[in-house]
Amino acid sequence: MDKDRKEGIKGMANPGRYGIERVAYWLMRITGLGLLFYFIGHIYETSSLLDGKAAWDSMLELTQTTEGHIFLALVIGMCVFHTGNGIRLMVAQAGFGFGKARRPDYPYTPSSLNMKNKLCIYVSIGLAALAMMYGLSVMFHV
Amino acid sequence: MTKDGALPKGFERPTVSASPNDSSVQEKYEEVKSSSKTITLRISKFNPEKDLRTAFHAFTVPYQRWTTVLDAILEVKSHQDHSIGVRYSCRQATCGSCGMIINGKPRLACFTKISELDSDVVTVEPMNNFPLIRDLAVGFERMFSTHKRIKPYVIREDSETNPGTKEFLQSPEDVEKYIQFASCIKCGLCNSACPTMTTDSTFIGPQGLAQAYRYVADNRDQGKDERLRIIDEPHGIWRCHFAGSCSQVCPKGVDPAMGIQLLRGYLLGYRK
Repeated sequence: MDKDRKEGIKGMANPGRYGIERVAYWLMRITGLGLLFYFIGHIYETSSLLDGKAAWDSMLELTQTTEGHIFLALVIGMCVFHTGNGIRLMVAQAGFGFGKARRPDYPYTPSSLNMKNKLCIYVSIGLAALAMMYGLSVMFHV
Repeated sequence: MTKDGALPKGFERPTVSASPNDSSVQEKYEEVKSSSKTITLRISKFNPEKDLRTAFHAFTVPYQRWTTVLDAILEVKSHQDHSIGVRYSCRQATCGSCGMIINGKPRLACFTKISELDSDVVTVEPMNNFPLIRDLAVGFERMFSTHKRIKPYVIREDSETNPGTKEFLQSPEDVEKYIQFASCIKCGLCNSACPTMTTDSTFIGPQGLAQAYRYVADNRDQGKDERLRIIDEPHGIWRCHFAGSCSQVCPKGVDPAMGIQLLRGYLLGYRK
């Protein structure tokens, strides 16, 4: 065993223990990776155009299955959450939305974990869920 | 105290009628011990020099409403296993020595009551993201050297100690800007909770960055540019992804996540 008590990827990927902010951190990583893989897959998918119409049509058929629709709904959800939470992070990381630093009083409530930030995270998750439901309803003609 | 050294009326020490060996005292101790509830304390034991893997040793410990996790560990160390390696000093959340992972979260053992954990089993492990010395004790060398690197002192061209120089006056508003960050006791709990530090041990970490903010926000300081240069590096401030775990675990009410984002405001030009 290493003398260094580093948790490694396991510790980074564990979303529990620290509340909604850590869950948002974890979702941001997962959705970022998911969108990266989708982007690579998307380039592969559209490059099938170079092999003619038949190749393109057969590739499109893959997305017309139930699994394909669910996959696309997940991509919609990942995209919406990553955008919403990304905007929250850009604003916060520029130092806005925390109020002024002040002397802490017990019981301590950190300004960085304020309700505005939590609300933005819940809104991002909610919007992602709504967008996924809308996408599913369009794709399955509900 | 009165002139002759006696305590004022009503504050006299009670006369000790029984010696510590008195059987009634011992009986009283046994009575309290038997009437208290017990928990199972699981202590992580690992000696890097001879052990291959961590082993958890379980002990049954009596506790009262006010018993802290540190009290329980010391009870085990005194009566059941003298070999437990644990670092502690002040027992009042001031020295920052007894940080450890208690039931999965970084906390100070002296500041965590067993009764507030609401569990019959309390598991204690050494803090994550630090080199392990033995059992529950971790090494702070890396954190302290990072702390030193950000120059944790007021940098001035002149000095209060120079003859004819006035003291550096501050308004209460000026003090409010940084005073919360001056409460840091360097216990390392924030670094232990940080998700970036789980994979990047060269990251400055929330402790160092919060201290950088403490001096940047101090209007007596003239070393802002110097400090911002130190933290603006590949393993510096930009590796923080604002998970906020550091602020959640701080036992002194310091908000490192806030300090880091405010520091970024300086680097991005939104703050002067």
